[in-house]
Amino acid sequence: MKILVAVKRVIDYNVQIRVKSDSTGVETENVKMSMNPPDENAVEEALRIKESGKAEEVIAISIGEEKAQETIRTALAMGADRGIHVKATHDVEPLAVAKILQKIVEKEKPQIVLLGKQAIDDDSNQTGQMLSALLGWAQGTFASKIELEASAAIITREIDEGLEKVKLPFPIVATCDLRLNEPRYASLPNIMKAKKKPIDNYTSDELGIDVSPRVRQLKVTEPPKREKGVMVADVAELVQKLKHEAKVI
Amino acid sequence: MSVLVLAEHNNTEIKSSTLNTIGAASQIDQNIEVLLVGNSCEDLANKIVNIQNVNKVIVVDDPQYQNPIAENIAPIIISLANNYSHILAPATTFGKNILPRVAAILDIAQISDIIKVESKDTFVRPIYAGNALATVQSTDEKKIITVRPTSFEQAATEGGSGEVEKITFDLEKNIVEFVGREESKSDRPELGTARVVISGGRGLQSAENFSMLNAIADKLNAAVGASRAAVDAGYVGNDYQVGQTGKVVVPDLYIAVGISGAIQHLAGMKESKVIVAINKDEEAPIFNVADFGLCADLFEVLPKFSAELDKLNTIQK
Ligand SMILES: Cc1cc2nc3c(=O)[nH]c(=O)nc-3n(C[C@H](O)[C@H](O)[C@H](O)COP(=O)(O)OP(=O)(O)OC[C@H]3O[C@@H](n4cnc5c(N)ncnc54)[C@H](O)[C@@H]3O)c2cc1C
Ligand SMILES: Nc1ncnc2c1ncn2[C@@H]1O[C@H](COP(=O)(O)O)[C@@H](O)[C@H]1O
Repeated sequence: MKILVAVKRVIDYNVQIRVKSDSTGVETENVKMSMNPPDENAVEEALRIKESGKAEEVIAISIGEEKAQETIRTALAMGADRGIHVKATHDVEPLAVAKILQKIVEKEKPQIVLLGKQAIDDDSNQTGQMLSALLGWAQGTFASKIELEASAAIITREIDEGLEKVKLPFPIVATCDLRLNEPRYASLPNIMKAKKKPIDNYTSDELGIDVSPRVRQLKVTEPPKREKGVMVADVAELVQKLKHEAKVI
Repeated sequence: MSVLVLAEHNNTEIKSSTLNTIGAASQIDQNIEVLLVGNSCEDLANKIVNIQNVNKVIVVDDPQYQNPIAENIAPIIISLANNYSHILAPATTFGKNILPRVAAILDIAQISDIIKVESKDTFVRPIYAGNALATVQSTDEKKIITVRPTSFEQAATEGGSGEVEKITFDLEKNIVEFVGREESKSDRPELGTARVVISGGRGLQSAENFSMLNAIADKLNAAVGASRAAVDAGYVGNDYQVGQTGKVVVPDLYIAVGISGAIQHLAGMKESKVIVAINKDEEAPIFNVADFGLCADLFEVLPKFSAELDKLNTIQK
């Protein structure tokens, strides 16, 4: 069995986001970039499945500019066997990403495709569901546990009300929550080894997918700032203020 | 053409987030139809027709739709899509699970988690955990949208005069086996709609300590929330989590106890009307968004807070 893992390069989650003064987007120059956090969980889960003997190969794929290769290398350093880079010159929307992934799935024929539940830049939370629909496969979204049986996966999903379990026959798409596992760090020897692992390159044209944007970003602005309030000395003052000043209790 | 809203419900009650979604739909077009897919939900359909601006409720009532399985509900929406200019669902785990499937099959770029309707094709949505707001225009003919419930008023549940239309939809195949659900039951108000929310973080240190928040929640009729760190540590279930990858709350009063105020947590609560922060670290970023900050040890503060609220209640009585 093969596992395909989608990894996106995003601004690191620790970076203080700055909106560009001309309102065309957010500052990405000289900003630290990393693998989208839940995608690390997806890679980790794929590796654990492989290590348990249930899969033979883990392939990491990223769609984006040249530097998306770095994100693929990170996945390879964690332990993925090979990479696929689909080059694009601009941000590719979830629908087009899903179509590209569909093409790659048709070529590679994995039984499991793992994605993050959400990219922390666009916060779309769409790609895995779209891919699953395009493939006509079952989906296990927002997964915090994945248990494999011979011909199906039992997925524990985090939902607003608590937890839900579904049993999905292979092949499946799953989107991972941060609680799924604790991603490993790449060791130095593995980082060195990763440099020699192969990365296949494609362009969206070669795959026959139109990636032109469907959604026009008219402007990007800063959200309204909250004024810093006051510090209170003790609980009595806090309760008085909430009661008589803010009138919320 | 009209707007279709996918209803989230438990077969007897509609979830309040659907009322917010109908509220958002009303800003696009006053001609709204609701799709109700469930089992034994006829009574519910008869209630939904009374919601303001709802012209029609399309009901698919069948035991095979007892549970909201995305793979089974999406094809129903797709089969109806021709009749609508917009298809909306709440940006809850229910809506997020289903709607992108519809969008992909119809070849439409979904607009997720909108917080504002600018026009029929232009919407505002938060990106980067709410650190930026994007105004986006859809160029697709049909719009597929999920709606952040807390950003829109709920539609009134009375005053509408719609009709019920029953349809049947036979699943070609059902590949998903529903195994079960573990829902946390609580008598407290729902996190998403409570007027007061008290949330705890890693500072609470254990599940036992975390329950100290319950005493105060009960006195304030508050919902209890948590940071991701508190959920990860197992103090409470995932349904408590507030933030970028949890729930968004906009209560009148949000009390953050032992929470540092990471950007991903703020994403879920910084629109609250009044924010209180209790933290022993005066440098904690949560104080930058708090209206009232109390720099102190929470284990000393919480019992006193509870006692002060008792005093207040006795005075009121
Ligand atoms: C992709 C991604 C998504 C995320 N999504 C979310 C999300 O949705 N929601 C979320 O909350 N987080 C989220 N996080 C995690 C977030 O970055 C923080 O790690 C988390 O919010 C920290 O939780 P905390 O404030 O409880 O813990 P900490 O940061 O450890 O803070 C604990 C606080 O308690 C205080 N404290 C300790 N003891 C006491 C005491 N006795 N009295 C008073 N104060 C005390 C400390 O001073 C400290 O400020 C996400 C992270 C990533 C990478
Ligand atoms: N450009 C991309 N390259 C690789 N994976 C992606 C890309 N965009 C999205 N994904 C995957 O889809 C998930 C959800 O993204 P989104 O739907 O944008 O929130 C991410 O966590 C990734 O696993």
